[in-house]
This record gives sequence, C-alpha cells and structure tokens, in this order.
Amino acid sequence: MSAPIERRKVRTAWLFLAPALGLIGLFFFLPVIAGLLLSLTDFDIYAIGAPETARFVGLRNYAETLSSPLFWQAVKNTFYFVLVGGPLSVLVSLGAALLLHARATRLRSLFRTVYFAPVVTTLVAVAIVWRYLYHPRYGFLNHALGWFGVGPIDWLGDPTWAMPGIILLAVWKNFGYNMLIFAAGLGSISQELYEAAAIDGAGSWQRFRNVTLPGLAPVFLFVGVTTMIGFFQLFAEPYVMTQGGPLRSTTSVVLLMYEEGFRWWRMGIASTMAALLLVITLAGALLQISLRRGERV
Amino acid sequence: MKRRVSALLLHVALVLGAIVTLAPLAWMIGASLMAKGEANTIPPPFWPAHPTLEHYVELFTHLDLARHVFASALITTVATVVSVVVNGLAGYAFAKLPFAGRDRIFSGLMLSLVVPAQVGMLPLFLLLRELGFVNTYVGVMIPYFASIFGMFLVRQYALGVPDDLLDAARVDGASELRVFLAIVLPILKPILVTLATFTFLSAWNDFMWPLIILSDSARYTLPVAIANLVGEHVQDTELMMAGAVLTVIPALLVFLVFQRSYVRGILAGSVKG
Repeated sequence: MSAPIERRKVRTAWLFLAPALGLIGLFFFLPVIAGLLLSLTDFDIYAIGAPETARFVGLRNYAETLSSPLFWQAVKNTFYFVLVGGPLSVLVSLGAALLLHARATRLRSLFRTVYFAPVVTTLVAVAIVWRYLYHPRYGFLNHALGWFGVGPIDWLGDPTWAMPGIILLAVWKNFGYNMLIFAAGLGSISQELYEAAAIDGAGSWQRFRNVTLPGLAPVFLFVGVTTMIGFFQLFAEPYVMTQGGPLRSTTSVVLLMYEEGFRWWRMGIASTMAALLLVITLAGALLQISLRRGERV
Repeated sequence: MKRRVSALLLHVALVLGAIVTLAPLAWMIGASLMAKGEANTIPPPFWPAHPTLEHYVELFTHLDLARHVFASALITTVATVVSVVVNGLAGYAFAKLPFAGRDRIFSGLMLSLVVPAQVGMLPLFLLLRELGFVNTYVGVMIPYFASIFGMFLVRQYALGVPDDLLDAARVDGASELRVFLAIVLPILKPILVTLATFTFLSAWNDFMWPLIILSDSARYTLPVAIANLVGEHVQDTELMMAGAVLTVIPALLVFLVFQRSYVRGILAGSVKG
C-alpha cells in the first residue's frame, strides 16, 4: 500500500477509536485513579457540597478501615461467599457440562437452554423470588425439603444459614455460564486421547482423571479467575434478601462500601474499601495464575 | 444392557437438573397468578387454584409501573445502539487499522478487565454530579456506552476480515468510511448482534449503578423499582412475583431470540481471554 493510504489508515484508526477511548478514559480510568486518590482524603458529606473542604489525610482511612471489626466481618463474609460459592458453582457447571456432553444425551440443546436460563434473568428479580422461596413458614423450599424429612430452616433469618442461602441462589443463577465454557472445552479434547486411554484399559474414572481434567486445565484457570472476580463483587443478593443481616452475617465488602459511600456519604472511607477490594481481587487472580504455573512445571 | 441403564440414569439426572433449575421460575409465574394471600397458606401451593391477572393490573394502574418499564426500555435501547456504534468502530480499528502502539494499548485495556467496576463508582458519581447527570437517564446510560469486553469481541471477529478485500477497495478509490460501511459492516453483522445482545442484557439487568445514580423514585429503572417495592409490599407475595415476572420476561425473550449470538459471545470471550 502507498504511503498516503497508510497515513490515512492511521488517521482513521484514531478517529474510530476516539469515542471509545474517550468514554473509557473519562468514565472508567479517570474515576478509578480518582478513587485511589479519594481514599487518601477525608471526603465526606460536607465535601459533597464544597469539594475544596476535603483534606489529604494520608493513609488514615486505611488505618481506620483495617482496624474496623465490621470491615473484617465483611471481608470474612465475602471470602466465605467466594471460597465456598465459587468452587461449588464451578463444580455444578462442570457436572452439567459433563451431562450435556455425554454421547448418549438426547435433546442436548433444549437442556442447555434450560440450564442457561437463570444466567440471563435479572438478579434483583430472582433474589426477590428466592427471598419468598426461603420464607420459613410459607416458603416452597422448606415445604419441598419437608418431603425428605429436612427442616424447617429459617434460611435468611438465621446467621448460620443466611450465607448458605445466598450461595445457593448464586450457584443456581450462575452455573449455566461456566457450563457453556466447560462444554466447549470438553468438545475440544481430542477423541483420539480417549480411544488411546481405552485401549490401554483405562476405566471411565481413569479417563476422566487422566484425559478430561488435564484437557480442561486452561478452561479451569479462566473459569476460576473470572468466577472469583465476579463473586468478590457480591452486592445485590444481600441488598435485596437480607440487607446484610442477620447480625451482619451477609454484609459483603461491596455492600459495606455502598453503605459508607452512598448512605453516609463517607466517600474517603468507601474509596478505601474499594481500593482494598481491588488489591484482594488482584492478589486472588495472581495467586490462581501462579498456582497453575507451578502445577505445570 | 449396561449401556441402556447408564443412558437412563444420565437422562434422569438431566431431567432432575432441569426441574431444579426451572422450579424457582415456574413458582414465580405460578405465584404471580395466585389470588391475594394464596401463596401464604399451608401447605404452600405451587400453582394457583384459580389463575388471576389482578396483580399485573395493579402493577400498571395503582403502582404505575409502566413508567419504570419505559425508563428501563429507553435506557437499554439507547445504551445498546450507542455501544454497537462505539465498540464496533473501535474493535475494527484495533483489528484492521495498524498504528504505532496499537497492540500495547489493546493489551492495557485487556489487563484492566480485572478492575472491579466498583472501584471507580464513587468518583464517577461525583464527576457526573459536577456534569449535572445525577438523577438523569443519561447518567444511568454512560457506563454502558464503551465496553472493553465489547471492543475485544468485535476485534477478535474482525481479525478474520481479509486485508486484501479492504485494500482492493482502497485502490479503487473508496474512502475509509466507505470501506467500513460497504465491506466491513456486513461481515461484522453477526458479532454486532452478539454485542447488542450482551449490552441489552447487562443494561436491562443492572442494579447497583442505577440505584446509585437515580435519586428520584419516579425515575427508577425496573429492577430498582421492584427492589424498592418489596420494602413496602413485603407481605404481598403474589404482587411481588408479578413484578419479578415483568422484569425477567423481556430478558428471557431477548435471550431466547438471540441465543446463538449470545452463546457465541461467551465462547469468544473465554478462548484465550
């Protein structure tokens, strides 16, 4: 191509990128950086009207946040949700993908659509539905559990059961997404590997252990990291179902950040929590990636 | 024989899974059609004895939910159209219009996908407050306009457009805009439908951002409005279920119609994401 056309391409590229990069820069990168700076100030309800009254306070918000028992409670609750709910939802996704992928399965696309349906539903709306399903007296779930001699459980009213209740909803809502990714991963494992394993006399468990699981390793890493990032952002479920209770047992970091920032307008403290969430998320992602690297060596 | 048994067990598991998956949604629909108070009886019924639409009528008369349906529909539609234009152009540029530093900018954007949106939410609120967009529909829409994931989707697809095709048109004297509109756009159409479906569903279903940016309850989007409604009408199970159905059904319909495109997007995002 001639030089004028190459120059024209460069000009066009910037022209085509300008709206997207401008919007992302102004409404995503700038706020993220500003959020980190905001966490170093005492920005509060007075500063909303007069931002110049906010003062630089160094790391005081971090000291305050890290010595707050409520913050640690929220961190603990969030980790409970991420470390129990995340793996559980990944396991259910893998199970569903294996069922769908089995050679004898009929009506595959119908089952896939059904399993996927909860993913596209509105989280707030289904959280309300589950809130009623969990009702200790009239909830259908306790009624159904009663057929098996279980319960009744005061799902959302008991501090021990509230988080498991939210995890159950999250697993139901999300498993279809990773199921699709696992199903695609299963489809990409070479049939020859299975045949070779069968010739070597490997049973179905051994084939799963030695062919399927290693074949899915990259998928596991992707699913693990994205699921973890998503689960760390727990907010709407406790907001709608429990308001963070009972006894703060379902208050997540994001819910606490929302309360501090938008209910009490303590923007400095809320930004500190957001920054700490970012650090936790990055650490979790890096940990998973390095663990996976270590396995391969 | 053994193969028959295992095929049977497989389908028992599949059907049980489908029942568990669909039960909450089926109960939601059933309860929305029950008479007032019927859901709060013992044993709790799964399906109404005499289906009635009274709660849907109440939502649209007395509770004036139509304005929230309208707000959600407007925000979602505008967000989807703008997102397709903005991210479509950017994704094409990242794939097919080389310039110095392009790939570095793109990898930087990819890395920032791990940053939770909540980190920027507080300053974004303050910024939009300065710009006068708090409590407006534009304020709700702004975060959906440009999407790093959207650009990624379009770029990966556009990489497959043959350069020769574009260069031939350029040699024939076509302007860059003409190359884009006449040649690239028809090829990109499937992925733009995918992008539109993604944007529609995430904007329609979003909760935290509209909750923050909208202060006037008359302007709430549908999810914020029903979350607000449950505070006052917590005893009215049937009414709340009608509200939930109203919120969920448009999302499910869009998914069922565009299922193929949507699934393509998920898989594109997971391959070497």
